[in-house]
Amino acid sequence: MEKTVDNWFIWLTLAFALGIGLILISIAFIIAWRAWPAIQEYGLSFLFSSSWNPVKGREQYGALPVIYGTLVSSLISLVIAVPLGIGTAIFLSENFIPLKFRTPLVFLVELLAAIPSVVYGLWGIFVLIPVVQPLAMWLHNNFGWIPLFSTPPAGGPGMFPAGIVLSIMILPIITAISRDSLAALPPDLRQASLGLGATRWETIFRVLIPAAFSGIVGGIMLALGRAMGETMAVTMIIGNVNRISISILEPANTISSLIANQFAEASGMQVAALMYAGLVLMLLTLVVNIAADYIVSQVRAKY
Amino acid sequence: MENKGLSLKKKPTSSRALFDSFWTGIASLCMIVTLIPLFAVLIFVGLQGFRQINLDLFTQLPPPPGLSEGGIANAIIGTLITVTIGAIISVPFGVLAAVYLSEFSRDNQVAKWVRFATNVLSGVPSIIAGVFAYGLLVATGIVGFSAIAGGVALAVLMLPTIVRTTDEALQIVPQDVRWAAFGIGAYNYQTVLKVVLPAAIPSILTGVTLAIARAAGETAPLIFTALYSNFWPSPPPKGFLEPIATLSVLVYNYAIVPFKPQQELAWAGSLILVLLVLITSVTARLATRQKTY
Repeated sequence: MEKTVDNWFIWLTLAFALGIGLILISIAFIIAWRAWPAIQEYGLSFLFSSSWNPVKGREQYGALPVIYGTLVSSLISLVIAVPLGIGTAIFLSENFIPLKFRTPLVFLVELLAAIPSVVYGLWGIFVLIPVVQPLAMWLHNNFGWIPLFSTPPAGGPGMFPAGIVLSIMILPIITAISRDSLAALPPDLRQASLGLGATRWETIFRVLIPAAFSGIVGGIMLALGRAMGETMAVTMIIGNVNRISISILEPANTISSLIANQFAEASGMQVAALMYAGLVLMLLTLVVNIAADYIVSQVRAKY
Repeated sequence: MENKGLSLKKKPTSSRALFDSFWTGIASLCMIVTLIPLFAVLIFVGLQGFRQINLDLFTQLPPPPGLSEGGIANAIIGTLITVTIGAIISVPFGVLAAVYLSEFSRDNQVAKWVRFATNVLSGVPSIIAGVFAYGLLVATGIVGFSAIAGGVALAVLMLPTIVRTTDEALQIVPQDVRWAAFGIGAYNYQTVLKVVLPAAIPSILTGVTLAIARAAGETAPLIFTALYSNFWPSPPPKGFLEPIATLSVLVYNYAIVPFKPQQELAWAGSLILVLLVLITSVTARLATRQKTY
């Protein structure tokens, strides 16, 4: 009797463990199933066409502008967050300041990741956008000849402030994983380099960063995945305009913002089209995350 | 002859020393710039939010658009309800799955894949969890826009955190404890339920609390599952099956309306969410510092 209960218990825990995989598969399956009408109707041309018209009878759906917006806003955030994050990680992993001060700083950076997205959005609307506005104007006035800054800022939402908020949100991931990768390096490496007469920064640039490189890249990929899927803060400050513009000072849209904005009021084919867009987002983030997971796990195996 | 070339002292003006100081300056600057947004958010949410804190906030319904007075009580209750539903689903699920990983799997191939799936699941964008819950429950007509649909979406997001923290917590429990239990004739399930799990409870609870705090701030999965409501939730069970207000969706809805009183409520809601995260993070920090064994 007890033996049976025991076996059942083990099987039960196994069932729940397998349930995690099942959830993952059913997420993909259910979204694909709901997106099926749109997949049949538009096929792959959905990915390359730009119109988004939910008016009944003249419905036409294409996700190119939002895919573009997702990729570009994520890239902007990486451009800002990667140097900052790696710099912070170096500061927090090497012996620049005593451990007593480092521990609370590490905690503060982690806290940055814990603040809800919607709070960043609210803050973005009322604090960040007004602060960024003069900077955007300055970029346009002085670097307007670069296509990226070719239009005067409309005064408010846009790709640029959205990229900045995203960079704030992904900074902790880059910092944490770069810091872990640096801290995981064997102390011998550091000692050998210092022993040969290299200075602290020569050691960092020529020994530590190359050795931790794949870990840092993994962290950046993970951050990219997060940036592509991030929704609320972006939705609140990107402007939600389904148009491709080279200038990052213009309003834009992302896949997740499109879904957040339209899903609650959508019906019929629009729901299927939004599900299709969601499927694209899921595949994009899956590819990036799995690659990141692979790279990070390779690093652990190395040392 | 002076042996200045052989001195062990660093010359602070040598080009290599300057190079070092320069990059130390850059790294410190990175640290400072990284922390600026954190303090900017905390200060603004604090300043704007504390002004709105009063009894009405916790006891009244939100006012009609444009009018002032009123509170966000229905959203606070709604957040409690949806997050509780999320926790009821994800905690037993996650803990049992983690028990398999740490106690019975012996790190076999299944465990490798399950841990991989957990990692992938934690990378799934939160809005996709909402789309999933909608497709699974709302579109099929199993339940409408409701606290239950919202809770399921939140459960998907909480699950990886709970599995991971429980898995780690169980692995820290020393092997001796299990052998001792087996030694007096306990079965696996008795060992796990009566000895190993209780020993790991503090760390598991910390993980669960962090997952709950995170879920309470989630918005994207709720805007088309729990939707929103301007009224008090009905008494259960009906209340679980109707659209329900949550703090995070309230912040979103009120941030983008042009009315000052609503915006003020949005700041107040943000303050409550930020305080929740702050308090749980700090407590979790302090709690994990004390080791059980």
